[in-house]
Amino acid sequence: MLQLPNDRSFATAGKVQTGNSGDMTALNLSKLITAAADTIAEHAEELTALDQAIGDGDHGLNMKRGFEAVRAEADVFAAKPLPDTLKAIGTKLVMTVGGASGPLFGTLFMALGKEISAEPDRANLTTAFGKAIEAVAARGKSQVGQKTMLDVLQPVHDALAGGKTVAEIVDIADAAAEATVPMKALRGRASFLGDRSIGHMDAGARSTALLVRTVGQAIGESA
Amino acid sequence: MSNVGIVIVSHSPLVAEGTADMVRQMVGDEVPLAWCGGNGHGGLGTSVEAIMGAIDKAWSEAGVAILVDLGGAETNSEMAVEMIGEPRAQKIIVCNAPIVEGAVMAATEASGGASLREVVATAHELSPS
Repeated sequence: MLQLPNDRSFATAGKVQTGNSGDMTALNLSKLITAAADTIAEHAEELTALDQAIGDGDHGLNMKRGFEAVRAEADVFAAKPLPDTLKAIGTKLVMTVGGASGPLFGTLFMALGKEISAEPDRANLTTAFGKAIEAVAARGKSQVGQKTMLDVLQPVHDALAGGKTVAEIVDIADAAAEATVPMKALRGRASFLGDRSIGHMDAGARSTALLVRTVGQAIGESA
Repeated sequence: MSNVGIVIVSHSPLVAEGTADMVRQMVGDEVPLAWCGGNGHGGLGTSVEAIMGAIDKAWSEAGVAILVDLGGAETNSEMAVEMIGEPRAQKIIVCNAPIVEGAVMAATEASGGASLREVVATAHELSPS
């Protein structure tokens, strides 16, 4: 079970709830994995369409393949301590996605698993998430502002650090994905298009925002 | 075999195999050679698992140089090297070079007994940056 501060404690700006079990709520990891796979499956065509506009058009199918493989082992993965659950999800994505999203999303989960504690409070989650973003940036040789998943991950991290509520963080993720539309792609296939990449949302940013929403909803339901 | 091994990773199995054919034409069996291409599900793409398998197949104690085509092939190859881990990882280098020219030049260099560093440098000479 993943222990996270509930929405009320997330709303306590600047204050981190630590070690007080009264402020923690339990999250059903197996259900969360299933919900994430459902979300990706439901949006697979949309993700593919976004990727077709400015990339190679395989993002939706690749992500769906990866998350279906994770779904197949949801109970096994969820039975592990949280860090191992995340590492197992990451490794599975790396081995099954079949595009650059595999190592990128895989690295996100693997690095998060490496840094997070078994029962994270907001401070630990924020620190671990920051380290995971660095790992993704290194893997993709990219940085914020290049029209990638980092353009959603970084605002989400900043919102976590800034004491935003779960509902606010979910909206921030959506807005951040939307904000990739006017950006010019500087990494990945989309960068081959130069200025023609402007005016389309980055598919990886969109899938990242979808996953943030899924996690946010799971936290909301368990609160 | 003591010569440096060459691995070819393309999004397309046809490109990977064709490139390997061109390498073989130059160096015959003097260089350990393996290729992989496709996402493992019949589509274009690259598979970390397949890349790890190709590295095993072309493994040489002198090291392995990997030639890739587009970004995803590079990212997946780097991931594969990381998952193989040390001590072998330090003897595997993903080259920054055009896949066909790079593979042929690197293999030709390798067939003369050059070190991994020399093989990779030969491939890198083909890239402007």
